[in-house]
Amino acid sequence: MDKNNLIINLEEISFIYPGGAPVLNQLGLQLHRGERLGLVGPNGSGKTTLFQIIMGLLRPSSGRIEILGRTVAREKDFREVRKRIGLLFQDADDQLFSPTVLEDVAFGPLNLGKSKDEAREISMRTLEMLGLAGFEDRITHNLSGGEKKLLSLATVLAMEPEALLLDEPSNGLDDNTKEKLIEVLSGLDLSYILITHEADFLAKTVDRICRMENGKILTDIESYPHYHLHEHARGRYPHEHH
Amino acid sequence: MIQEPFATGSSHIHCLDPRLKILFATAYSFIVALSNRFPALFAALMLSLLLIGLARLNVWKVAKRVALVNGLILFLWLVLPLTFEGTPLFHLGPLSVTREGVLLCARISLKSNAILLIFIAFVSTMPITTLGHAMNRLRLPGKLIHLLLLTYRYVFVIDQEYQRLVRAAKIRGFRPKTTINTYRTYAYLMGMLFVRASARAERVHHAMVCRGFDGRFYCLRHFSPTRTDWIWSAFMISIILGLLSLEWTRII
Repeated sequence: MDKNNLIINLEEISFIYPGGAPVLNQLGLQLHRGERLGLVGPNGSGKTTLFQIIMGLLRPSSGRIEILGRTVAREKDFREVRKRIGLLFQDADDQLFSPTVLEDVAFGPLNLGKSKDEAREISMRTLEMLGLAGFEDRITHNLSGGEKKLLSLATVLAMEPEALLLDEPSNGLDDNTKEKLIEVLSGLDLSYILITHEADFLAKTVDRICRMENGKILTDIESYPHYHLHEHARGRYPHEHH
Repeated sequence: MIQEPFATGSSHIHCLDPRLKILFATAYSFIVALSNRFPALFAALMLSLLLIGLARLNVWKVAKRVALVNGLILFLWLVLPLTFEGTPLFHLGPLSVTREGVLLCARISLKSNAILLIFIAFVSTMPITTLGHAMNRLRLPGKLIHLLLLTYRYVFVIDQEYQRLVRAAKIRGFRPKTTINTYRTYAYLMGMLFVRASARAERVHHAMVCRGFDGRFYCLRHFSPTRTDWIWSAFMISIILGLLSLEWTRII
């Protein structure tokens, strides 16, 4: 693919936690513009660490990180990266630190230098897009798990990023919230990398799947149709699905 | 975890500008704390009770809060009259109860109750988030405010984590007893809680950094005083002047 279309380009990234075994081992990964990439792999295979390295929250022991055509290495470079790539954390309680919903969504835009009125307007628009209109004055810790997850996504989207890193977004969500999340993700004109353990969710949200094991990206596996167990009323009688 | 039983309501006091309420409660507390004459102190207690009445709070809940503080004051009553030097009122065996000691206790009781009640009436009648926003608008140090708001945000999360740990101990048959094993288990629970809290703090910091945090917080709330606020400020100023004159002009 065209090199100008590369959003994220990782080359030979290694990472070792102090006093631990290597988590990432000469890893390479590319995300192109418009691409929706799924990342699967066993627990502890370094998927979350990889996201933290892309955002500059952890520094690799060796390797090269190129984001939107520029090599990034220092804190100053990563500050620019964080404006253009949004990270959705696994636990919404980590992501939502403001007392009220509006403040949380407006936090990013305000840090990007938007005026208070602009930030408020962007926040209201983002909340509405995620079906959270009317939530702006709610107290964050009183929200349900699903609402918190959608709100986390709102705080990231309000910064109008060019790409997203989604760390197990469907974890612990009920079916309705999951559907809503799938609907929002398919409606976005954004490239993203998505970590999940749920094959169903993956099939509906990504075009390409990478598997990570032992600190490396193994091979590209095409998304594939599959059978799975499910349950519903009167499911024990023979029936057909449409 | 933190309940805010008085935060919502429809009384006049609930509807006042939060900045005005904080300013008044603070000024009032300073004056009461610095006053020494009984007419001023009694008047302050009466005024505090009147304002509690105007806030239309649940009397029983207010009484419970006040009782908590007065439990501590009771200890002062047990100790101070016996240890404070002065003219003896009467003797209890080898000990003598002094007039100055009793008066000091009475002053402390009046002062602390008046201040506690005014804070219940004026500061606990707003949600903590509003308190933070109003403090921000009053230009109090940003670090203090965000310490307050972040604590408020995460105290529930940390409580949940603690409850999870306790449940995990319970389902494995843990029952608190006065044994070394119980103490050890609680020490483990606390240790685990600190570890988790600090890991969480790091993740929250990451989340803030990811959204461009540069040490500044912004407040989006605006408060604009209404006509009622102006009327009330006149009322509050007269209360303050009244207390000041009772203390320093010796009208009574």
